[in-house]
Amino acid sequence: MRTGRWQPWLFVGPALIIIAFFLVYPTVMTIVRSFFGRGQELFGPNVQFVGLANWKYVFTSPTMLLALRNNAFWVVMFTFFTVTFGVLLAVLLDRVRYERIIKSIVFVPAAISYVGASIIWKFVYAYRAEGLPQIGLLNAIVVALGGKPVGWLIERPWINNICLIVVGIWIWTGFCMVIFSAAYKNIPRALLEAARIDGATEWQVFRKVTLPLLGPTIAVVATTMVVQVLKVFDIVFVMTNGAYGTEVIANRMYKEMFNFFNYGRASAIAVVLLFLIVPFMVSNLRRFTQQGVTR
Amino acid sequence: MRYFKVLVVSLLLLIGSVAVFGEQKVVRVMHGWPAQQGEAFDKVVAAFKAAHPDIDVVVEVVGRDRPAILATRLAAGNPPDVSPIPWLGLMAEWARAGYLVPLDGLVDVSEQVEALTPLGYVDGELYGVWQSANIKSLVWYNVNELGPNFNLPTWEALLAFTKGLAVAGKPAWSIGLESGAASGWPGTDWIEDIMLRTAGPELYDKWVAHEIPWTHPAVRRAFELFGEIVLNPDYVLGGPVGALTTNFGDAPAALFTDPPQAYLHRQATFIQGFILNTYPDLVPGEDFDVFPFPPIDPEAVDGIPILGAGDVSVVFKTGGPLRGTRPEVIEFVQFLASKEAQEIWIRELGELAANKTVDADAIYTNPITRKAWDILLNAKVFRFDGSDLMPGAVGAGSFWQGVLDYVSGVPLDTVLETIEQSAIEAYGK
Repeated sequence: MRTGRWQPWLFVGPALIIIAFFLVYPTVMTIVRSFFGRGQELFGPNVQFVGLANWKYVFTSPTMLLALRNNAFWVVMFTFFTVTFGVLLAVLLDRVRYERIIKSIVFVPAAISYVGASIIWKFVYAYRAEGLPQIGLLNAIVVALGGKPVGWLIERPWINNICLIVVGIWIWTGFCMVIFSAAYKNIPRALLEAARIDGATEWQVFRKVTLPLLGPTIAVVATTMVVQVLKVFDIVFVMTNGAYGTEVIANRMYKEMFNFFNYGRASAIAVVLLFLIVPFMVSNLRRFTQQGVTR
Repeated sequence: MRYFKVLVVSLLLLIGSVAVFGEQKVVRVMHGWPAQQGEAFDKVVAAFKAAHPDIDVVVEVVGRDRPAILATRLAAGNPPDVSPIPWLGLMAEWARAGYLVPLDGLVDVSEQVEALTPLGYVDGELYGVWQSANIKSLVWYNVNELGPNFNLPTWEALLAFTKGLAVAGKPAWSIGLESGAASGWPGTDWIEDIMLRTAGPELYDKWVAHEIPWTHPAVRRAFELFGEIVLNPDYVLGGPVGALTTNFGDAPAALFTDPPQAYLHRQATFIQGFILNTYPDLVPGEDFDVFPFPPIDPEAVDGIPILGAGDVSVVFKTGGPLRGTRPEVIEFVQFLASKEAQEIWIRELGELAANKTVDADAIYTNPITRKAWDILLNAKVFRFDGSDLMPGAVGAGSFWQGVLDYVSGVPLDTVLETIEQSAIEAYGK
């Protein structure tokens, strides 16, 4: 009986210590640092308490408002399209003979790093002056169809942001597809057959049977995608570095921290990012545990 | 017992060596030049030692974070005796804090390139002795297209040439503002060059120190003159979008295609390496050449002002009879600036000399470097690249971003107000 009291702590202890040291402590320090001014040291003699100045910057400066707006746009577009394409590919490819090959091809981008993918797409979006040979795939097509070359990464406010989001969708659709495909194959065929025998059209089967059964998986994948996209950094950093109205929260944090050495402001931005992500993480965890209970 | 003996002997040795070194004259110098340039500097040191066998020179190489390391050493009270530094802002800061030895009357700077000399002074006192310089105010052209010794000596001539080509349907300029995460910096060089030519050096200095706002008419005019070229789709290859999407290193290549896609390119001396990388067969001086970026308002500034960078030697107060330093240190600094020392290593350093009496034919074997030397010698005004002197949040942040915003069509008022906002925060005034 006595051993039972300390035994759990013995097992959990090391993990708790590691979490406290590598997660809780930095988080608390970041929150504290967000109330202090510029400077590279954590709390050196040149670092002053500035109250809510960093927070005022985060929520009122045009740069940060733009970054918050763009992140919201990313969340909506990226999540919607990765999940939609993932579900559609999973369901449709199930009926295709070369399912495995096509799925492998769609999944390949997931194996490419963000930076690698961004460089590849930078070439796709490349611009050359009108009349010169276009080395960018997209502009080559546009010009071949008789159009004028477009500065895909320059045209604000929507074209360049959409072009960046496309890269993210390209990377993550394969991942979503694989998860959905596994979930779809877990749906008992009998359910689908029963619906078909009852006279449901294929659309009705998809809408009324498949989709509801995929529901929990969609929720988990969508929240995972939201968490991924809130942190988006590499694509923007490599392709535009936030120029031309494409700034996002994480890229701004990087700039304030590593380019301008304004640790206070970078900390405030980091905390905002953390608080934006926490609700999604919590809902994801809750869903995982619920599923564990029901199974 | 045995250990005790060893201890005593080593202590005696230590005391003895201190006594010996105490008599020997030592100059401690800290520099940041990497391998090849550092070796070239060692040759200068060797020549100095050969001429002064009684003086030892201790060289310390600090390649990274040298400002921070120097600041720490100053705070701890053991800076080097001499350090060549490329940061004039820090020199002024240290001079005012009393860390530096005023060199008036100690070091003779009469052989120094005239345009450089004023920048060695802080509040009327000499603190910096020039080592080397490089220049940015150059326009590159293809000799096979425009002929040898091509020059557009005035802004009017430059605009007329640009318009003439535009009428013929050809863009005159190739501009590349893309540079990954540092995109925009080539545009800041344009604006600084124009600002120096329209507002003059005094206003330029005030602008860099944020003593005038970014919304000042002079700053606005510099942007507008840059815009007159870069925003005109007929003047620039690919128009503004072309300028924004072209990498700075790729931009000069357009001058050498057949037929050429553009004719002029404004960039610092380093771009020669990029040209030769793309077209290894081109011969500098024969196939491509440079002329100085022309003056704009002759009333604002005398002659052709030059934008550039370089190293100045500063002497730290480390104790001694000469205003806080020793005669051997002054001897060494004087030697670094001499014709003899400069001829030993300036070519290997890959920069321009700071001593005007050097044998130019001997040390500048590359005709373009030679031309740059002549441009520097003829200049009356020299200024450092302003964006390098500004706080990072402006000089490597909102200024870069502002150039990109302006070229991509954001109204100039918005651009300047945005930079001004960040400048107020960054300078704290």
